[in-house]
Amino acid sequence: MNAVPGVGRPTRPDAVASPAAPAHPGKGLAQDEPLIFELGGWDKTGVDFSAKARGGDRDSSDLEGLTRAVPLRLPGLSEPETLRHYVRLSQKNHAIDLALYPLGSCTMKHNPRMGEKLARLAGFADIHPLQPISTVQGALALMGQLAHWLKTLTGMPAIALSPKAGAHGELCGLLAIRAAHEARGDARKTVLVPTSAHGTNPATAALAGYQVAQIAQTADGHVDLADLAGKLHPDVAAVMVTNPNTCGLFERDVIEIARLTHEAGAYFYCDGANFNAIVGRVRPGDLGVDAMHINLHKTFSTPHGGGGPGAGPVVLSAALAPYAPIPWLTQGEAGFDLTEEATGGAKSSVGRMCAFHGQMGMFVRALAYMKSHGSDGLLRVAEDAVLNANYVKARLSGVMTASYPDGPCMHEVLFDDRWLEGTGVSTLDFAKAMIDAGFHPMTMYFPLVVRGAMLIEPTETESRRELDRFCDTLLDLAAAVRARDVERFKGAPFHAPLRRLDETLAARKPRLAWTL
Amino acid sequence: MRFTKDHEWVELAGDTATIGITVYAAEQLGDVVFVELPAAGKAVKPGDALAVVESVKAASDVFAPIGGEVTAANDALSGAPQTVNEAPEAAGWFVKLKVADAAEVDALMDRAAYDAFLKTL
Amino acid sequence: MRYLPLTDADRADMLAVIGAADIDALFVDVPKAARLDGPVDLPGHAGELAVERALGALAGQNRAAGAGPFFCGAGAYRHHVPASVDHLIQRSEFLTSYTPYQPEISQGTLQVLFEFQTQVAALMGLPVANASMYDGSTACAEAVMMAARVTGRRKAVLSGGLHPHYAQTAHTLAHSAGVETRRLGAAVDAERAVVEAIDEGTACVVVQTPNVFGTVTDVTAIAEAAHAAGALIIVVAAEAVSLGLLKSPGEMGADIAVAEGQSIGNGLNFGGPYVGLFACREALTRQMPGRLCGETVDAEGRRGFVLTLSTREQHIRRDKATSNICTNSGLCALAFSIHMSLLGGAGLRALAEENHAQARALHAALAAPPGVEILTHRYFNEFALRLPRPAAEVVESLAAKGILAGVPFSRLDPEAGLGDVLLVCATEMTTAEDIAALASALKAEITP
Repeated sequence: MNAVPGVGRPTRPDAVASPAAPAHPGKGLAQDEPLIFELGGWDKTGVDFSAKARGGDRDSSDLEGLTRAVPLRLPGLSEPETLRHYVRLSQKNHAIDLALYPLGSCTMKHNPRMGEKLARLAGFADIHPLQPISTVQGALALMGQLAHWLKTLTGMPAIALSPKAGAHGELCGLLAIRAAHEARGDARKTVLVPTSAHGTNPATAALAGYQVAQIAQTADGHVDLADLAGKLHPDVAAVMVTNPNTCGLFERDVIEIARLTHEAGAYFYCDGANFNAIVGRVRPGDLGVDAMHINLHKTFSTPHGGGGPGAGPVVLSAALAPYAPIPWLTQGEAGFDLTEEATGGAKSSVGRMCAFHGQMGMFVRALAYMKSHGSDGLLRVAEDAVLNANYVKARLSGVMTASYPDGPCMHEVLFDDRWLEGTGVSTLDFAKAMIDAGFHPMTMYFPLVVRGAMLIEPTETESRRELDRFCDTLLDLAAAVRARDVERFKGAPFHAPLRRLDETLAARKPRLAWTL
Repeated sequence: MRFTKDHEWVELAGDTATIGITVYAAEQLGDVVFVELPAAGKAVKPGDALAVVESVKAASDVFAPIGGEVTAANDALSGAPQTVNEAPEAAGWFVKLKVADAAEVDALMDRAAYDAFLKTL
Repeated sequence: MRYLPLTDADRADMLAVIGAADIDALFVDVPKAARLDGPVDLPGHAGELAVERALGALAGQNRAAGAGPFFCGAGAYRHHVPASVDHLIQRSEFLTSYTPYQPEISQGTLQVLFEFQTQVAALMGLPVANASMYDGSTACAEAVMMAARVTGRRKAVLSGGLHPHYAQTAHTLAHSAGVETRRLGAAVDAERAVVEAIDEGTACVVVQTPNVFGTVTDVTAIAEAAHAAGALIIVVAAEAVSLGLLKSPGEMGADIAVAEGQSIGNGLNFGGPYVGLFACREALTRQMPGRLCGETVDAEGRRGFVLTLSTREQHIRRDKATSNICTNSGLCALAFSIHMSLLGGAGLRALAEENHAQARALHAALAAPPGVEILTHRYFNEFALRLPRPAAEVVESLAAKGILAGVPFSRLDPEAGLGDVLLVCATEMTTAEDIAALASALKAEITP
């Protein structure tokens, strides 16, 4: 059995008290809110139908034997009850609009509301993906402009727009690599991934039919070139590297990584999750990258929405371009067109990765964001993102242990738990105490290459004042650690809508749906 | 009882070996929430994946410390995975194997050697 | 620049705190050869008004569905979305929050997911549903790969009624993972044909109801045949509203059911973002892809919700994960769930019945023009017609007259030899005037 540091951290609170009898239906003005199934709306609805639809015109006799024998048991709510239910629930969430959201590798930046407005224009929101091409020229032109901006920013000649999220984009890139090798009769079996990689990298490689082998990392947080060179045998299809990596460092040997990779007949996949650090300043195409996905929901600020939707377009080198998934967007004299079948000129395509053409709603928001910043503003995005992370690093390093103290970091800074040793306070405890002090925790226990990782990414949309508020708070908490005020941490959070949750119970006895 | 560097234990009785994970392993994992066990009849060589033990935040493969054929799995763990934390070296056993070569068991560490190994970690 | 709060004074101060001479000093790790010496060749920054004008002009070049009679379906459906749905999903706390990994401060999103899972499970007639996939097509592909894991077999039989995009997506995603898909010939009433194609290597059969031609099928007998051969049955619904009226997949013996949830709470959006629904039998829970939200208690014994069974997922299991999915369709799932909460079971049934009634009216109107042959006889809200001319030409010609008449089957599958087949759909949005306009324009179009 492999033991991984940090995995044995507590996943249930120290003591679970018996539930206190709820005396009142809320606290302050924060309202308790039951499940919709407990609100008693079994015969209600918040949608009125026309008298015609409620009357005799409804006839399903032609579907006899095909309709539900038992009524669908789901409650309905009137509109005021619905508003209350969801507004009350919303107030139990943290949000980027409330405060800095320092999740490393997640790029939680401000989401401009202009994007919401534009994505809802009927000309974007109320068009069908299979309408005649002649009726959607503006939508295709928007996709063309987005493609142009992304190709220019990355210095890459081709792009696949359809992947629906980062992991879907990774798969797109690896399938293109697989097809390129197969096309030259050189099918390969292995993908190399650094130990600090996002979990999606090895998961995607496995899904694409590859075995995964790990590349070691040097003590200063970079890809170990010697280890990579030793592992680049003729069976390696691709090297997947996140750059800047998840330790918040730019892979300074990236050009050499690309050279070694190409020399071995393999392709260089770059995980673009951290593109925010270099957008407008460095073009991955100049680094020897063959494929890179771009998380529009990170770098180009489409909202995270509590877990999605995202969008993961993939830029491709000339060598991989013929294998891009359909649909292909083309432009001719008659305007824009879509190639929707992997036949004829698109026969080399890996095929279709999803129904339709990708995340149009995200394309609109991302293009609005890019046009707003322009080439000058995007440069500033990268500069300010890196400046803010280094500022946090500078302010906290005297107290917390930065994992890579020498030299600057990029858009995020990695601390570990050496400074907590012997204090009785763990990374988890410290992070949970941040909640009581008004901040969302940073990414914890990732990457796996340091113990008790704390990965902080402030992004460029934080003001100096908010950064100082954040740093002052962490320094204050650190002082409490030094003063051995362990109780403040062990039971934290005390002031959130709920205290620590029993994740062990949830996993041992899964209750995944409400039952009567 | 014999031990491996992968923190598994083996106890031989006749030609049947009982296998589980050590107290140290259970502590490292934290609260065990699920154990995936092989079906009886499965033949394994040393080093083959034998079972998976899961906590909330990790899933670890348990490798066969010796070769043989699975004769029984501890099905009680499916309803009570916490037994692995409560009694990892007793009621929390994983599988019983009909041993192919008893010498493989003898080659493993005894308690003193395992304890010494733990001190090096 | 309106989204960047740092002033030049801030930048200078902060560089001083860091101890860096200038910004370039922070980029020392970037090889000199790769550093750009100025902005890339793209336009400079633009104000909100300018951007609105530019994108508004592009929006104006598209013909919105609401601009005239509209009959497109085939995997994306135009339904009414109550104003409160769109208002609520724009609450900052839903729109601008991250995946709920910190449950103490994410109970809003988590409770929504638990309610969503419960609603999806009820619609599907199965006990377990996940917290959403990208869309119906990728959910279908994931289901095929899951069936291969569960059965240890490597072949999937896809019905000829399965949406061609779904079949192609399943092929692309499953092929490299070592699962072979075999799609049977496209046919209007094709679901039962999968039974003949099952053999001892079949992991699953994939059937769709209503299928891409609109045909509604009771798949109970297909499920029995699949199970008898040790295979699973995956039931696909591309139009979630149909689940309000028709027998649920679970009722018919489905092992895994997937659906496109767009049609509840979400707009057409030119194909995305949508929301994939994914449900299965309880025994298969640990093989599911995607996030799952579960109930538990906090340190004071109060009920709460957390993401659970995460050892299936990529961030823990890495190359042994059940899927590589991370980001899903959270906000679209929220829209789905709010709309479902407004409707309730009774309201969804009423909505489904209204859709069916409109489709019947359309069916009756289009049966009249001579030369039009209606191909689909058991339908929910869409059906297939055979025209005396290539359907794509007719659609193009009617579009020029302001009518979006439906989807030519050749747009989805040009190789099927069904170039004269048109797929039409009616929903509660369709009016009697729309139907009359299409019937009369179609008649004029095909009359020699």
